[in-house]
Amino acid sequence: MRVWTSWRLAAASLAIAVLLPPGYAQTTDAKVPRTADGKPDLNGIWQAMNTANWDLQAHGSAPGPVTSLGAIGAIPPGQSVVEGGAIPYLPAAAAQQKKNNEHRWTDDPEIKCYLPGVPRATYQPYPFQIIQGSNTILLTYAFAGAVRTVRIGKVEAVPNDSWMGWSIGHWDGDTLVIDVTSFNDQTWFDRAGDFHSDALHVVERYTPDGRNIINYEATIEDPKVFSRPWKISMPLYRHVEKGAHLMEFQCIPYAEDVVYGHLEHRKGDSK
Amino acid sequence: MTLRLAGILTLCAALPALAQFKPLVAGKDVPRTADGHPDLSGIWTNATITPFERPAELTGKEFFTPEEAAQYEKTHKLFNADDREKIKGTNADVALAYNAVFWDPGTRLFKTRRTSVVIDPPDGKVPALTLERQKQLAAIAAERKKRCEQPGCELENGGQPGPADGPQDRPLMERCLSFANAAPMIATAYNNNYEIVQTPNFVGIDVEMPHQMRRIPVDGTPHVASSVREWVGDSRGRWDGDTFVIDTTNFEDVPFHGSDTNLHLIERLTRIDADTLIYRFTVDDPTAFTKQWTGEVTFVKAPGPLYEYACHEGNQGMFGILSSARFDEKQAAQHLASPGK
Repeated sequence: MRVWTSWRLAAASLAIAVLLPPGYAQTTDAKVPRTADGKPDLNGIWQAMNTANWDLQAHGSAPGPVTSLGAIGAIPPGQSVVEGGAIPYLPAAAAQQKKNNEHRWTDDPEIKCYLPGVPRATYQPYPFQIIQGSNTILLTYAFAGAVRTVRIGKVEAVPNDSWMGWSIGHWDGDTLVIDVTSFNDQTWFDRAGDFHSDALHVVERYTPDGRNIINYEATIEDPKVFSRPWKISMPLYRHVEKGAHLMEFQCIPYAEDVVYGHLEHRKGDSK
Repeated sequence: MTLRLAGILTLCAALPALAQFKPLVAGKDVPRTADGHPDLSGIWTNATITPFERPAELTGKEFFTPEEAAQYEKTHKLFNADDREKIKGTNADVALAYNAVFWDPGTRLFKTRRTSVVIDPPDGKVPALTLERQKQLAAIAAERKKRCEQPGCELENGGQPGPADGPQDRPLMERCLSFANAAPMIATAYNNNYEIVQTPNFVGIDVEMPHQMRRIPVDGTPHVASSVREWVGDSRGRWDGDTFVIDTTNFEDVPFHGSDTNLHLIERLTRIDADTLIYRFTVDDPTAFTKQWTGEVTFVKAPGPLYEYACHEGNQGMFGILSSARFDEKQAAQHLASPGK
């Protein structure tokens, strides 16, 4: 059945390709800017506009962790960005997620200004920039100076586990597909305690829709934590304001007292 | 508009200082992008054993002869392999922290055979600091020294004790905030790798350690407001013929050989052949230095890939430094309470 469907799809694609003038790639959108080598030009500063970093799944508003901050620290409501609504945790992992959630105001690695991982870096409430060369694409994020190098079509041995993973890209028509592996188990997906193991495998798809929108999808696979692969999707919006510029958000100085506070010599301590 | 004009004027003001050097031209065989500029893209390293300032024994000598260069590299190799037996078990050994397995300055001089990174002033030395800056730095050093009259100080990489009440007391390198290798791009202890990706109106430079990104718009936009301070500064680029010029201001307090937050850095990158970038940087900081000064560094192609240098995430060193300081304080307090023990 599956084979038959693929064959039919392939035949249909071929028929379309024959009918269309040469150079007309699939899903070509005249409004999508292009680089000199004819690929969609994704260069620019982008940002998600949702509350997925608070919780990938549907959530109502809730009080924040610091009472004195009042409305500033409160959690805004949002709909699920997960296809089907819920994350398919294995039973033991569901229990771990619940535990993470209870300790989220101390255990979320974002608090410590640690590298945010993938796909979280994409939908943190800060911009990121795509710097698109022909063989290499740099994805650079405001938060924590996170950076990923995406090598196009170059399959290299994975050097070692890392926070931001190992990214290999290819173009599927006008879609930039990035296969990300070799993660450690230290990052979370959101501030609600959604998590993964070091078996995480993420496949991201960046599909331009006109000049100022990228439709972003990430398929998340981790047999140690989830019963099946699952997918999130959301639009990313271009920063179109004049002089838009990705500024550095070096957060280490703001996290040091949290990370090392128990070892600091406080004022007033006897010496 | 006014800001933009100011930016252009600043660039022009820096030109006379650079004009005294022979302008560099791109080699015939260098790859070019679709818009005709030399393509700087790729993975590069500036690792070198070339001294930053010209050593006393090389006074008056701007370049090594090929024979002298070969001899220098040979001698350095021997020095680097020293097993440090003589200082084993001493504070000096601890302060050095790493051995030759870790240090990775490479084994070669720049292929230009220059005897120092600093090329202007012609004596190859960083010019004197202004009196005002000397006073500021002396006051900071005196304060740190005074704080170290009590227990709770720990050795820094340079071997001097420094306060360790909290991470804010420690050098930027120990806090993973700056390795003084990004702006300007100067080789440091190890991981001297840089990846450049170039587009028609933007150049990104990923500095491997500690994953610091230099984001350089090449579109005529002005620097951000002066109230904004960044650890690698705010950079704007332009092409001067075949040379890529980067103008950087808005620095955080990241002293480079004594510079202050008024540092204005002008960098020029020229791909002179397929395997080589010549990189010149001019330090313009009239409140810190008595005159402008310029350095020259050679970048060569490196195999890559760049690794993820997750410095802050794995900063076990800071836990060790702070807990040792607290331990020393505790010991001292116990000694005061019962001096006989």
